Amino acid sequence: MAIEVRIPTILRTYTDGAKSVSGEGASLSELIDNLESAHPGLKDRLVEDGDLRRFVNVYVNDEDVRFTGGLETSLSDGDQVVVLPAVAGGA
Amino acid sequence: MRFDSLLDSVGGTPLVGLPRLSPSPDVRVWAKLEDRNPTGSIKDRAALKMVEVAEKEGHLRPGCTILEPTSGNTGISLAMAAKLKGYRIVCVMPENTSVERKQLLGMWGAEIVSSPAAGGSNEAVRVAKRLAEEHPDWVMLYQYGNPANALAHYEGTAPEIHADLPSITHFVAGLGTTGTLMGVSRYFREHKPSVRVVAAEPRYGELVYGLRNLDEGFVPELYDASLIDSRFSVGPRDAVRRVRELLELEGIFAGISTGAILHAALGQAAKALKAGETADIAFVVADGGWKYLSTGAYEGTVDDAEERLDGQLWA
Repeated sequence: MAIEVRIPTILRTYTDGAKSVSGEGASLSELIDNLESAHPGLKDRLVEDGDLRRFVNVYVNDEDVRFTGGLETSLSDGDQVVVLPAVAGGA
Repeated sequence: MRFDSLLDSVGGTPLVGLPRLSPSPDVRVWAKLEDRNPTGSIKDRAALKMVEVAEKEGHLRPGCTILEPTSGNTGISLAMAAKLKGYRIVCVMPENTSVERKQLLGMWGAEIVSSPAAGGSNEAVRVAKRLAEEHPDWVMLYQYGNPANALAHYEGTAPEIHADLPSITHFVAGLGTTGTLMGVSRYFREHKPSVRVVAAEPRYGELVYGLRNLDEGFVPELYDASLIDSRFSVGPRDAVRRVRELLELEGIFAGISTGAILHAALGQAAKALKAGETADIAFVVADGGWKYLSTGAYEGTVDDAEERLDGQLWA
């Protein structure tokens, strides 16, 4: 089962500059563990004390995971995961 | 309808049904036309309320200078209010915003300080906070953290929608300062807690997320995640596609961010239809398309438009 994960510029030091990487897992937390094995250090930038870091947003098929179960959000084959830093929106 | 002055005419906008975009007679989508405000955007509500509260609390006195980080609309609204009330106004605006927004700010008399494109509104906030320190006599209303921003929607936008659409099931709006969503949600949590509140967040090109490190991230001080039920990230492709559909099928010429909001609203509509539920989904038309003509979002293929919007703050 392959899930595409888009990595923001600021975290590409952990992915050898790759804009997107592929991983697997039945939940977001499993996926992050899986990514960590190929890209050491990435997990620590995403997760702190068992929760997503304050300034990290993760979307599964465009929906913010904080409203779908957080790290326990379930994943299926073909899902698209996007990681973005939280920034100020237009106003 | 008669008002004593332009400022008195803020709010009271129409709510119109979208018979062609609504998927069925039981699942209906409604547009709150905030482009009908005096300067053409929903920001007139927040700007006027922030000014009024600051005046009442004594922070803003005749002759004062207002300072605000803005990607356009809030600055334009504040500039209009400032002109009518006799304040000087300085707006900090990211370089990568459409030329029309700068022109409009200038027309209403605002002075513009540019902030770097990389980092988008984050940089504008940072530069504005630095200017506020250098000029302690200036008054930064600070829309991202000013409770009066949300209050404008708690007192205005939400009760207007509730009165026009008592059967409302969903409210969908854009997420920038979070003021609209926070104020409207607080109202419905108190008056009709079954209403689901959905946020549509514009997803920009990489340039806008160009932080030097993650600790520079930003979450508006107004934001309370417990007031939101779901949050969607909408990229320029879906936003452009939807904003063109809105024009093509319903005749409404809206700004690009409204396309993102409509995309999330139609997602909720599809979900309700599939579940066999009835739904009345109200969403915000934040502004008209006029200020974005130069971005090229309305002409050529969707691919072309998507490419042209890359790196721009289109919402």
